[in-house]
Amino acid sequence: MAIDIGWGTTLAIKTVIVLGIVPLTALILGYTFLLKMMSHMQSRLGPMDPGGFHGWYQLIGDGLKFLQKEDIMPDHADRRVFALAPAIVVLSTFLVFVVIPAGPRIRVASLDSRGLFDGVGVFYALAVSSLSVVGVLMAGWASSNKYALLGALRAAAQLIAYELPLVLAVVGVVIQAGTMSLQGIISFQQHGSLFGWSGIGFPLILTQFVGFALFMVAAQAELTQPPFDMPVAESELVAGYMVEYTGFRFLFFFIGEFGTAFAFAALAATLFLGGWSVPWVHGTAADVLGPFVLFAKVMLVAFLMFWARFTYPRFREDQLQAIAWKWLIPIALGNILLTGLLKVAF
Amino acid sequence: MTTTDLPSPGELPEVTVDPAAMRHLADAQVNVELDTGDMVLNIGPQHPATHGTLRLVVRLDGERVVSADPIIGYMHRGYEKLTEFRTYPQITTLINRIDWLSSFANEVPFIAAAEQLMSIEAPPRAQYQRTILTELSRIATFLLFLGEMGLQVGAITPAFYGFRDREYVLNLIEAVTGGRFHPNFNRIGGIKDDLPWGWISECRTTMNKVLASCDEFDDLVVGNPIFQKRTRSIGIIPQQLGAAYGVSGSNLRASGIDWDLRRDGPKYLVYDELDWQVWTHPDGDSFSRYWVRLQETRESARMVLQMLDQMPSGPLMAKVPRIIKVPEGEVFVNTENPLGEMGYYVISKGATGPFRTKIRSASFSNVSILPWLLRGSYVPDIITILASLYFILGDIDR
Amino acid sequence: MADSVVTPTEPVVREEAAAALERLQAELGDAIVEHGGALGDAVVRVRRDAWRRSAQVCKEKLECDYLSFIAGIDWMPTPSVTEEGSGDTSTPAQPKEQTYGSAGSAGRYQLLAVVESTRRKSWRVILKTDLPDDDLHAESWVTVYPGADWHEREAWEMYGFVFDGHPSLRHLYLPSEFEGHPLRKDFPLLAREVKPWPGLVDVEPMPGDDAGDGEEGESA
Repeated sequence: MAIDIGWGTTLAIKTVIVLGIVPLTALILGYTFLLKMMSHMQSRLGPMDPGGFHGWYQLIGDGLKFLQKEDIMPDHADRRVFALAPAIVVLSTFLVFVVIPAGPRIRVASLDSRGLFDGVGVFYALAVSSLSVVGVLMAGWASSNKYALLGALRAAAQLIAYELPLVLAVVGVVIQAGTMSLQGIISFQQHGSLFGWSGIGFPLILTQFVGFALFMVAAQAELTQPPFDMPVAESELVAGYMVEYTGFRFLFFFIGEFGTAFAFAALAATLFLGGWSVPWVHGTAADVLGPFVLFAKVMLVAFLMFWARFTYPRFREDQLQAIAWKWLIPIALGNILLTGLLKVAF
Repeated sequence: MTTTDLPSPGELPEVTVDPAAMRHLADAQVNVELDTGDMVLNIGPQHPATHGTLRLVVRLDGERVVSADPIIGYMHRGYEKLTEFRTYPQITTLINRIDWLSSFANEVPFIAAAEQLMSIEAPPRAQYQRTILTELSRIATFLLFLGEMGLQVGAITPAFYGFRDREYVLNLIEAVTGGRFHPNFNRIGGIKDDLPWGWISECRTTMNKVLASCDEFDDLVVGNPIFQKRTRSIGIIPQQLGAAYGVSGSNLRASGIDWDLRRDGPKYLVYDELDWQVWTHPDGDSFSRYWVRLQETRESARMVLQMLDQMPSGPLMAKVPRIIKVPEGEVFVNTENPLGEMGYYVISKGATGPFRTKIRSASFSNVSILPWLLRGSYVPDIITILASLYFILGDIDR
Repeated sequence: MADSVVTPTEPVVREEAAAALERLQAELGDAIVEHGGALGDAVVRVRRDAWRRSAQVCKEKLECDYLSFIAGIDWMPTPSVTEEGSGDTSTPAQPKEQTYGSAGSAGRYQLLAVVESTRRKSWRVILKTDLPDDDLHAESWVTVYPGADWHEREAWEMYGFVFDGHPSLRHLYLPSEFEGHPLRKDFPLLAREVKPWPGLVDVEPMPGDDAGDGEEGESA
């Protein structure tokens, strides 16, 4: 049953959905993990009052509070660049959400059957997620603050360094699934079988566990979360490149950070855990069930990310770079080699 | 300000250090060809890592420190001038606030100095209670340190554990003295009040909690490989240089010098009646400073448990005249405070207040080694070193 | 009510202090002007030109590797900020004559230093030296004990002592434009002069308490 609506309306609906979903996911992630899980791990309760039931309204209240704050710009700041930087960071988040499928037919853009761009979902997602580096550098430089500059330079070095392990980790998945399209990878996992038993399909994490570990570590670094949060080192640079931002501009950064966390977790869930798919559910039922399944898998992955965030101290910048270049990239290359060999052999 | 009009910290002493111990600096020899200008960065006086109003003017070449100059005095209250115009009980109230985290311990050397000049000895029960309260304040200070050093290095969680456990100890101190932070409990001749009912068993429970939480810190922080990478070989204080600078307390013991005023100084309080040991570590880096303080926390908890069993009964105050006039004389009393060696050189001329009091505070000397220590380190290592030296601004600035 | 008199005892020097004093006398000889006791410790007053030499002797020969502090003393009597005979005991009434403490003094200003040993028990040396009023110079200890750097800076800004050989004598606690040397006795403690001690303001009377007939009490 297809409803015929013009492409303009479709575009409008899709824009609204993405614009709404990104802050919503940021909110949910932020509340569950940052406020509640972190608190319980630290033997405290977290917000309990706002909204009555365990403070679920806290972040919404925070968001509203940020919106009504004064917009302060430092005297010597480069005004236009300063204002534009958060927008670019958030832009990259929105663009990643465009390709993540939530059901067999629920996705904003498929990039799957357009001829030139046949099946490049993964490629697009990884490429677009690195746009935030530009935004971070803009923020740090335009703030006319030495701490912000230090943070931005650290961030640039770090984000660029960890792009490589991120991409290389995914290459193993692509080799095994045989396609770069996200829907293709999901259907590979859904219709696969383990030694003949197709009960849970063939989640790629089983063979690509090295790739999964690499992806998680690299994603942690891409999000500048502890143990890789040198750019935003709270005890040294206070907020690093974000230090001069107030009010809704800071809110943008915040949404960007948690929205991107959700996006990376969703990518990890899609590439390694099977995304929206449950093996025995197809068709329209999958359309309905898909978003919930994806959400559950994302929460699982995000739990791992935030758990590491609250437990570990941070690496020093040179140690961070050493890990990326001396350890993660060789391991990732080895993983690709092994996957390729095994793929050809079997 | 341009890089040329900063005052130079002057000549720094040359010391031969084992090159293997400084291997973390080997990576810092970059950019020899590029003649880039140095960046001057002000860390502080408002900064989360400086424990108060300490200002570090560092000259950076990229992320490497070329020179560091601590500027103190933002909290200078003029204690030594004030003591010339105060009576002894008034000064006792004042000196609580020098090192505000372990405020009971600040009073002890001063009261001991006045008592020695008056040839009065506090009765044994008072001595025991003083020792217990001193050790409790040591535990409270160190629990804060254990949590907060993890925070400075980036782990958010240990700080909460440290504060939570500190609350138990502060509750104990409050039950005895009435004040969590500034007890003002010592009097010349003894202490003010006896322990409340049920305090001893409560203290036993708390000390066991402290021992358990020290094990938690062992797992969470000391055992963490990232923490070890961040703190091993960072900020090594060579033994003899540290002593020549006046670095004291756990900082010096972490460099391998086996010296503790509770055991090696002139007798004060009841440490010679207890069975305890001094902890040292041979490395002298930030990790060993953390490790030594962790062991000392455990040791203090064990000492308190011993003292609770051994406490004698008896009066709490020696016979003291109502208006205290301390006879003429001079005395220097120094004690092992949580931050290091704290001493009072009291010159009395027979009045109700001292003629001159020189307050020797531990953090003053601990921080004076920073220009030497920070040369060649990275910016994140500055934070680690500051956290591991553990100074309190009130102690530096008096 | 008569206060019981507490008799000052003779300073009994500890045996470690006596041993330290002996060694010091053997090494320094006539550089020692006088020695006294500080309740267990021996206080040694040395000649000004032997100030750094004493430090070297302490560090090399007496195994005192640890610098506790260097401070200044101003022996001028503390000015009184309370009126005579007012009965105000809030501020101690210091004696009006200029007397000197242990090991004596040649004048108003003295330098005081304490060094200890980390290798021996209770091994302490207390050194003093006189500085003439018109020539407040002393040798710097920085080459012997690097920690003297900050202590001498503090002594300079608080008393005005100039240390020859110190790399950069500049303000430590006080702002750079500060004038005067605060710890000198003739530098007034302004707080006390501007506003006298308010006395014992213990408890404000409760409303209606003091005034017996139920009217509202006056505020203190």
